[in-house]
Amino acid sequence: MSDLTFVRSDMQPALPPPVRTTGAIAWTRKNLFPSVSNGVWTIVAILFLLWLVPRLYGFLIGDAIFTDPEGLRGEACRFEGVGACWAYVAARFNFFIYGFFPLGEVWRVNIMFILGIIFLAPLLIPKAPLQKTAALMFFVVYPIVSYWLMAGGEFLGIPGTALRTVPTNQWGGLTLTLIISMIGIIVSMPLGILLALGRQSKLPIIKWFCVAFIELWRAVPLITVLFMASVMFPLFMPQGVNPDTLLRAIVGICLFQAAYMAEVVRGGLQAMPRGQYEAASALGLSKPKTMGLIILPQALKHVIPGIVNNFIALFKDTSLVSIIGVFELLNTVRAAARDLDWSSPTQAVTGYIFAGFVFWIFCFGMSRYSIYMENRLHTGHKR
Amino acid sequence: MSLELDIDHTPDRSKMTVSQTDIAIEIRSMNKWYGDFHVLRDIDLKVMRGERIVIAGPSGSGKSTLIRCINRLEEHQDGDIIVDGIELTSDLKRIDEVRREVGMVFQHFNLFPHLTILQNLTLAPIWVRGVPKAEAEETAMKYLERVKIPEQANKFPGQLSGGQQQRVAIARSLCMNPKIMLFDEPTSALDPEMIKEVLEVMVQLAEDGMTMLCVTHEMGFARQVANRVIFMDQGQIIEQNEPEAFFSNPQHERTKLFLSQILH
Repeated sequence: MSDLTFVRSDMQPALPPPVRTTGAIAWTRKNLFPSVSNGVWTIVAILFLLWLVPRLYGFLIGDAIFTDPEGLRGEACRFEGVGACWAYVAARFNFFIYGFFPLGEVWRVNIMFILGIIFLAPLLIPKAPLQKTAALMFFVVYPIVSYWLMAGGEFLGIPGTALRTVPTNQWGGLTLTLIISMIGIIVSMPLGILLALGRQSKLPIIKWFCVAFIELWRAVPLITVLFMASVMFPLFMPQGVNPDTLLRAIVGICLFQAAYMAEVVRGGLQAMPRGQYEAASALGLSKPKTMGLIILPQALKHVIPGIVNNFIALFKDTSLVSIIGVFELLNTVRAAARDLDWSSPTQAVTGYIFAGFVFWIFCFGMSRYSIYMENRLHTGHKR
Repeated sequence: MSLELDIDHTPDRSKMTVSQTDIAIEIRSMNKWYGDFHVLRDIDLKVMRGERIVIAGPSGSGKSTLIRCINRLEEHQDGDIIVDGIELTSDLKRIDEVRREVGMVFQHFNLFPHLTILQNLTLAPIWVRGVPKAEAEETAMKYLERVKIPEQANKFPGQLSGGQQQRVAIARSLCMNPKIMLFDEPTSALDPEMIKEVLEVMVQLAEDGMTMLCVTHEMGFARQVANRVIFMDQGQIIEQNEPEAFFSNPQHERTKLFLSQILH
């Protein structure tokens, strides 16, 4: 113990208040102006937004024409500084959705949509009731019913169920976009899995067939495939045999996408550790059961982002069928843009914005759903 | 490593009965190559029912490959392997028959990460043996209790510690009701504390009379549980003996060197 003591004799000068770490000012300083260069970029970005947002607002909402109460049609949007002509989209909405489908029969398409939602919803919601029934309905019953609703004729040849026949060249609009992409997704997925498994097969014939198929289809652009399907294919067919243009296009898209899907799935299969195969073998599981119960569920989970990427690409690629004269959403929008009744400076642009927005809604939905599924299926490290 | 088995109760050798007449595994002049590399040379081994055999040896000596040949995870090119009276050939049906009777535990557990613990345990009984789900779950819970983790039944493997995962892996094999258990370095990937809990389960199995082949560096386990220790080097069985004699009086120079390096 020492008897040295210290007693302060005068007041210390007060320290400046500490820098705020919470609240709006602190947030702004931390996130927007942490350094000089970041501050400069913040200001540039703000100026850009100040320039962009009012223009966007003006075009989409401020100067836009939403209704056409006097029935002027194109006249309503034909003036200096007009914004988007939403009245035109509203007037041609049915055409964008149903294409050339006879107006009196449109209820059939609506029923198809509603049934689709009813059957698909339980499959998308985890742990929903009646999933097995819904799967059976969606993958087996629904395509048959949908075909009957769309094409007409008698349902499975049952007398008294005849609907007015609608040939496929009258199908169109968003309806057709959804039909093509749905079939594309549902067919290309299992086909792609089979091709991926086949490519890893030890049987040389199966292996080389799958490799050849995948490499062939991946090596040609989709546009070429569609041209081949619509122009070249009929030349090889005997006279009188002439399958539907739409059907040929859909088959082309399915095979094309299956090749891409196969490579995505193969990536997942190759990422599987050998220990999983060995553990399954040691338990006495056969090859097919090992694949179905152990390997594929994990491999597919790993490649969900890639799979959904393909789905989104497929959905957008459906617009390419317009070049062989099929009126899917984009083609109906393009056709309507030449409608003289609605001729106005922003007619075409408004239509394309609408089409772009519809595509975006579906693609964004798929992307969000895939993220949700990834999180839900994640069991590896979560505590 | 030491010759003391660090677990809470002393293994009771009197419970571990070995059949004198009933052969579980017979391997006759078996050879295996990886390409040009001769991995296993003239292996001859007869395992009686109830025997606990520990296979030791330096890394690359072929000990894992040997036990992996017994359930045909590896194919042998020459000689015979007869497991539970069934000769292993390329006939898939026979391979499946053998695999149903032989359980295996791996160094890295190899649980199925996308399934819960309970599903890991019931998968093979349901899909291979055709056991009804409720019955399979009942059996699974019985074995989970035996390896002392019934409360983990609904978790996923990624949520368990290494020792717990390895005990689940043992329980998963037991659910198939195997006659023979193969252990491929079951404790090598574990922390010391977890090694203990896994060894306890293995000792319990031995006391229940299971035929066991263990590739392991746990010399304490070898001394107190095994009734035979096999030493392998360069693909050959160099020496085999009862554990007491093996550790106190090794015959071969290579064995002496190995033991001097592994035991402190």
